[in-house]
Amino acid sequence: MSNNRRNFLKQSAAYGATAALGPGLWASAARAESEIDVGVLFSLTGGLSIVEQSLADATLMAIDEINAAGGVMGKKLNPIVEDGASDARTFNERASKLVLRDQVPTVFGCYTSASRKAVLPIFERRNNMLFYPTYYEGFECSKNVVYTGAVPNQQLSNYIPWIINTLGKKKFFIVGSNYIYPREMAKVSKILIEQNGGEWVADEYLELGHSEWGAMVSRIKSSGCDVVLSNVVGDSVIAFYREFRNQGLTHDQLPICATVTSEIEIAAMGAEVAAGSFTSFPYFQAIDTTANNDFVERYRRFVDDSSAVTQHALECSYFQVYLWKQAVEKAGEVTPDAIREGIKGQTFDAPNGKVTVDGENLHTFLTPRIAQWGGDGQGEIIDEYPEPIKPLPYVAYGETDGDLFCSAAGLDSSRL
Amino acid sequence: MFEVLFIGLSLTSVLLLIALGLSITYGAMGVINMAHGELVMIGAYTAVLAGIHLGFNIFLSLPLAFVVAALVGLLIERVVIRRLYGRIIDTLLATWGVAIILQQLIRLEFGLTFFGISIEGLGPGLQNMRVPTFMMEPFDLMGLSIQPYRTFILCVTILLTALTWYLVYRTAIGVQVRAIMRNPQMAAACGIDVRRVSALTFAYGSGLAGVAGVLLAGFRTVMPEMGATVVVDGFLVVVVGGVGSLLGTILSSALLGQINGIVSVFSNDIIARAVVFGVVIAIILWRPRGLFSFKSR
Repeated sequence: MSNNRRNFLKQSAAYGATAALGPGLWASAARAESEIDVGVLFSLTGGLSIVEQSLADATLMAIDEINAAGGVMGKKLNPIVEDGASDARTFNERASKLVLRDQVPTVFGCYTSASRKAVLPIFERRNNMLFYPTYYEGFECSKNVVYTGAVPNQQLSNYIPWIINTLGKKKFFIVGSNYIYPREMAKVSKILIEQNGGEWVADEYLELGHSEWGAMVSRIKSSGCDVVLSNVVGDSVIAFYREFRNQGLTHDQLPICATVTSEIEIAAMGAEVAAGSFTSFPYFQAIDTTANNDFVERYRRFVDDSSAVTQHALECSYFQVYLWKQAVEKAGEVTPDAIREGIKGQTFDAPNGKVTVDGENLHTFLTPRIAQWGGDGQGEIIDEYPEPIKPLPYVAYGETDGDLFCSAAGLDSSRL
Repeated sequence: MFEVLFIGLSLTSVLLLIALGLSITYGAMGVINMAHGELVMIGAYTAVLAGIHLGFNIFLSLPLAFVVAALVGLLIERVVIRRLYGRIIDTLLATWGVAIILQQLIRLEFGLTFFGISIEGLGPGLQNMRVPTFMMEPFDLMGLSIQPYRTFILCVTILLTALTWYLVYRTAIGVQVRAIMRNPQMAAACGIDVRRVSALTFAYGSGLAGVAGVLLAGFRTVMPEMGATVVVDGFLVVVVGGVGSLLGTILSSALLGQINGIVSVFSNDIIARAVVFGVVIAIILWRPRGLFSFKSR
């Protein structure tokens, strides 16, 4: 009986393997002629789809443009789009499908850290490449991910000194949503605040999605702070800014300086509530260069919406495809290992300016910028770094330009 | 101190606003209405849509949202709930299903997204309702800083509570409602049209949820999922107050609102939430039927 059963299991496993591998092998043989498959993995349904759909659109737009200009090494890119459905487990399944069945050499995707962490083991175990376009908390060092969004030092190292020296505000009230990103941002902020001679009076958190800000805003009012550093994310942002206004606080006297409030949240809360507040990002829709104005124009045409907004992660989703193309062309072949070697040091003129992938930690050099929001829902860039700065994913733990924890050799965990 | 009490008071008014409709549908009719939060959401979206497409301000949106939510409530009662009276656990499951349907209707723009049509103000994204500027600027009254919007919510809540009290305790239909609460069979035997009165009661409770939605839209984020947290708060208040008791609902929202306000001002919101849940558990252990209760069906 047990023997029979074992045989049966063996057979069905063999059938299963044939079924799973067969079409995959066949497809890879056929497509070798003229096309390169790449994975595109974002949430197209569920709560996060509002943002992630736009990231998928930007990725597809870049692929479209590359194909229209002749493709990569004479081959067209064929995007295989999968839906992560705002759910970490679905992300994991879809990533497995792209890596194992479709055998793509690279996946462009993921927005939240939760989804990235969920797919990371697949890319590491199968030695595949993920291009990740979101600003995130750092504290990660994988040779299978190219990080094109900002890490904390690229949003804060110009921001905090600017708040202290230019705005003349010295007492910080740090407030954030209660999960890893705001907590890491707060850690880095405190280091920078102390280095620059400021002080922080409170460091407070509210659960994700919290929408009753009455008590928190009243604590802000009575804390004696003169600036609020906000790492609040998602729909809470809107309730926060509105309550701030309702309690009679103004951004002239007590500005909210945010790290994650982008064009999307500003549009959702009503621009008049945010007018006068600040945000730090490497990219804003309002960057007034021909390159960016063209980009916004092309994006609006691509999604057929004349009022579509662009923001930081969306721009990264776009330019990372070009960085990938250059890496493939430099390497001369389309395998994950070749792409990893090829991407090191790649430079591209993105809508926000020059971006370069760091050869050591595979994060990206970006130019920090500070914008003040106007009554029209657009930021006015009032400060920008003269040049792109080096990404330091472990800055909260003492990493500096000359002393990297994360290098091509991997993470030096003795330093943590 | 006034500021702290005012925060508690405004939390109270929001809780009461949410719980008022629920105390009627749950208390009076024995229906665990999981879709109550979604009726609040529909009220909020009514205000957003009326603002965008009809140019309505908040004052015009309030009665409109009452009517829209009441009609949706009536529909839910006619289609689902009237088949489930007396089966309390089944109403929970069925109305939960209704809640999911309502959420998805908003997210999929009533299915129009499948045809590539998009209506401004619907969809999965975040929306907001504009509040007139004069309601956003606080003013000083005898040295106290008054927040007009919160005060407005407080006034509307008091008004609606008074109206509900009047309807339930001073009108003929209120007598019928209370009779049905105590004993539906006996009420029917006395010639009360239980089905009709129940349907109207449910519609009224739903309408109150719609009004709550408009007021919440002024300071919270409007999105398809906004009802989920709302319904939890509502049930907390109703269960603590005692099912079917208007006075209990008022007092328990005051209690929970003030505890939440005071603790969150002096420590933080997360601890305040934990303390509130602790108090709720203690009260339910001490008085399983809530602060005020009477024997009912």
